[in-house]
Amino acid sequence: MKVGLFIPCYVEQFYPNAAIASLQLLEKAGVTVEYPLEQTCCGQPMANSGYQQYGEGAAQLFRKNFEAYDYVVCPSGSCTLHAKEHILSDQEGGPKIYELCEFLTDVLQVKTLDASFPFRVGLHASCHGLRGLHLAKPSELMIPEFNKPLGLLEMVKDIDLVQLTRKDECCGFGGTFAVFEEAVSVDMGRDRIKDHEQQGVQVITGADMSCLMHLEGLLRREKKTIKVMHIAEILNGHTPEN
Amino acid sequence: MKLPQTHADAAAEFLKDTDRSHWHDDTLWHVRSKRDASAQKIPEWEQLRTLASQIKDHVLSNLDTLLLQFEKNAQANGIEVLWAKDAQEHNEHVLRILEENQVKQLVKSKSILTEECGLNHFLEDKGYDVVDTDLGERIIQFNKQVPSHIVMPAIHLKKKEIGDIFHKHLGTEAGSDDPQYLTEAARQHLRQKFIQAHAAITGVNFGIAETGGFVVCTNEGNADMGTHLADIHIACMGIEKLIPRAADLGVFLRLLARSATGQSITNYNSHFHRPRKDKKMYLILVDNGRTKQLGREDFRNSLKCIRCGACMNTCPIYRRSSGFSYNSTVPGPIGSILSPGMDLKKHSTLPFASTLCGSCSDVCPVKINIHEQLYKWRQVITKEGPSQPSKKWAMRFGGNVMSKPKLFDLMGKMARKSLSISPRGFVYNSFNAWGKHRELPEVPKESFKDWYKKNRNK
Amino acid sequence: MSSKESILAAIQKNKPDLLPLPEHPEFPVEGDLVERYKSSIKSNGGEALEVSDPAEIRDYLELHFQDSQMILSLSEVVKGNYDIALAEDPHDLEHVELAILEGEWGVAENAAIWLPEESLKHRALPFIAQHLIVLLKKDRLLGNMHEVYQSINVSDSGYGVFIAGPSKTADIEQSLVIGAHGPRSMTVFLLD
Repeated sequence: MKVGLFIPCYVEQFYPNAAIASLQLLEKAGVTVEYPLEQTCCGQPMANSGYQQYGEGAAQLFRKNFEAYDYVVCPSGSCTLHAKEHILSDQEGGPKIYELCEFLTDVLQVKTLDASFPFRVGLHASCHGLRGLHLAKPSELMIPEFNKPLGLLEMVKDIDLVQLTRKDECCGFGGTFAVFEEAVSVDMGRDRIKDHEQQGVQVITGADMSCLMHLEGLLRREKKTIKVMHIAEILNGHTPEN
Repeated sequence: MKLPQTHADAAAEFLKDTDRSHWHDDTLWHVRSKRDASAQKIPEWEQLRTLASQIKDHVLSNLDTLLLQFEKNAQANGIEVLWAKDAQEHNEHVLRILEENQVKQLVKSKSILTEECGLNHFLEDKGYDVVDTDLGERIIQFNKQVPSHIVMPAIHLKKKEIGDIFHKHLGTEAGSDDPQYLTEAARQHLRQKFIQAHAAITGVNFGIAETGGFVVCTNEGNADMGTHLADIHIACMGIEKLIPRAADLGVFLRLLARSATGQSITNYNSHFHRPRKDKKMYLILVDNGRTKQLGREDFRNSLKCIRCGACMNTCPIYRRSSGFSYNSTVPGPIGSILSPGMDLKKHSTLPFASTLCGSCSDVCPVKINIHEQLYKWRQVITKEGPSQPSKKWAMRFGGNVMSKPKLFDLMGKMARKSLSISPRGFVYNSFNAWGKHRELPEVPKESFKDWYKKNRNK
Repeated sequence: MSSKESILAAIQKNKPDLLPLPEHPEFPVEGDLVERYKSSIKSNGGEALEVSDPAEIRDYLELHFQDSQMILSLSEVVKGNYDIALAEDPHDLEHVELAILEGEWGVAENAAIWLPEESLKHRALPFIAQHLIVLLKKDRLLGNMHEVYQSINVSDSGYGVFIAGPSKTADIEQSLVIGAHGPRSMTVFLLD
């Protein structure tokens, strides 16, 4: 099994710990992972802004970087969904792309994790992973309950997971939406944070660093003590930084 | 006041009144929760959605045949069927019917189509007093507004404001805002209107091709109060509202109210097939852009919409920006995929008023892929809509950087470097919309690629 | 070209290839239909009472209505005090306090009762009355809407309506108010 790791552009630049944790998690599970050094971005920022054509260069580069792999694994539901729908969709016999959590649960079928996290944690369900990749049952659908990221977190020792009032409401990031609809975006983010605060959460986690970056931006500006961590960091046994 | 140009500006305006915006958000979220609880009780819910979607897919693929079948059966039932290619023709049909029958007083129950056609203004210009009889619609009619929600037209108003409106127009006690009291006042006022009306205008929820009849759903009973007392019934129907068989109503009536408000069914579901003895029933079939939308492969299935409003209630942007921010007859997610087809320029910001979270598509009882269509409208708008040179340049530049790994690494390094050394006031300037209320991420000491090269790829 | 012709021509040009019309599967309903009906109508703002003897309905009427009020019954089971034949025009029903009707079918999952025109005499009756009582035989209860549409032919009557509760609105701050334009109450008597 040849696995290539795709790290979203902003994670590569600003959140290396999430990427390191993703890599190490896969290695611990016995997978030989490579990180192709020529990678940049999936092109989603351009495409979601209505300029899919300007993301085509990035998409071509993506295909070239990962053509020799059986699997592409990416610690972001949003980038995974974009690559799945717009980059790899018409490729027959090419690599299959998985978001990190679903790769762990569905392909590697991980049953135990060697990690402890003695903190009160709120799981933010990022929309593209949730409704696009079906990482969990969205609250809108009347189908049996399942939740892959939550299942993984439950394998972590000493973790205290909370129930949110609105368990899968969008945080308001939405790529360039965060900038072009700044007021609504910020309002949505604050509402999400409030929900976590009301449950006494110490750490907000999730499978998409972009949502967490948005929430972290608000938390830090408002000088709140809640931290954000990518789910891979918790699953890999990291602790919150001070 | 000139209406704000973009959805974002209008939304920012609405959010300034935090009490109201939080109330709006909570109230509609509550409706969404009621929908969840109600749908949960139906084991075959997802199967019903699939059925409804397939029935509507069939309708759109066979619309000409079904319309002809519908017309033939309706005519045999004694209903006069008229066709209108646009809003203007629709309004003229209504006017002609009123003139021919010498109608003086008319009442109207809720019809989004007549809003779309601007019927009230058209008739008022001709000297008619059109009385909207749905309570919410009557409130906003007094207030000279349009509906801010297709199911709850006055959801943007607080009861205190409604109390003031009723005090002014119905002479209720000043300062009284008890919903029971205000509703009773409206009941007394509208009962007189019903008794006096010569004609009643209604919308149509479903037209049944095989029987030539149509169904109108209300909770208040206002459509029935109007039509059964007046001599003339004018029903206005978009051509996409057809269903092939009466049995299909079993599927749609189970989905409609549950999706809309969480009720198991609306309290009144009226099936009209023939006029009362010696009375007249007209049915106007309206295109007004629908056949064009039918021809847009990526967007045609927006025509499956049964106007339940569930996508509005679930949309985190709609809930926090209110219907008026969309400046379109149908607001919210479904409006944002329907309206650009009517006027691309006017509605060019609507498909961007979304995080593409996808909740609208999952809540939709007829499974319209709303968020995917929003994405596709964005692609159309950047090509055919109003030009945005700076955004376009930025995206082209970004795309160029992302296609060249060396350049990407260099730009990333420069960005991290400049962020770490720049004074705060330089980074958080007025052009930095992100930084208005949010911090940028802290700059790490090295990128992942740098770490990887050192630790794995020696 | 007429508008009709141009609309049809546009559809023919723009419509996709024919997609199949699905058949309706069976969605059987299990459990006690009477109990289900009673709980459904409660959520709609109405009430259902089981009666074994029509005298109980007469007692109910005596308790809740006065003979000075205009009571119009289209049921043989209980009599009113006003003859529908006297109403030539629906406007004559303006002051009806209570209408008593017999339902044709009832639906347990949502409390809807099918009332075809023939059982109303005047279409306006169940709307213009201040209160509504519907009598329904328990063996006329069906599980859901699919079953009821299999049992009726909607075009047999010029008009027919599913009524599932009293007239209601929540248009003022989402506060539920019963008695918007039509009946301020709906009581269903379920008869053996």
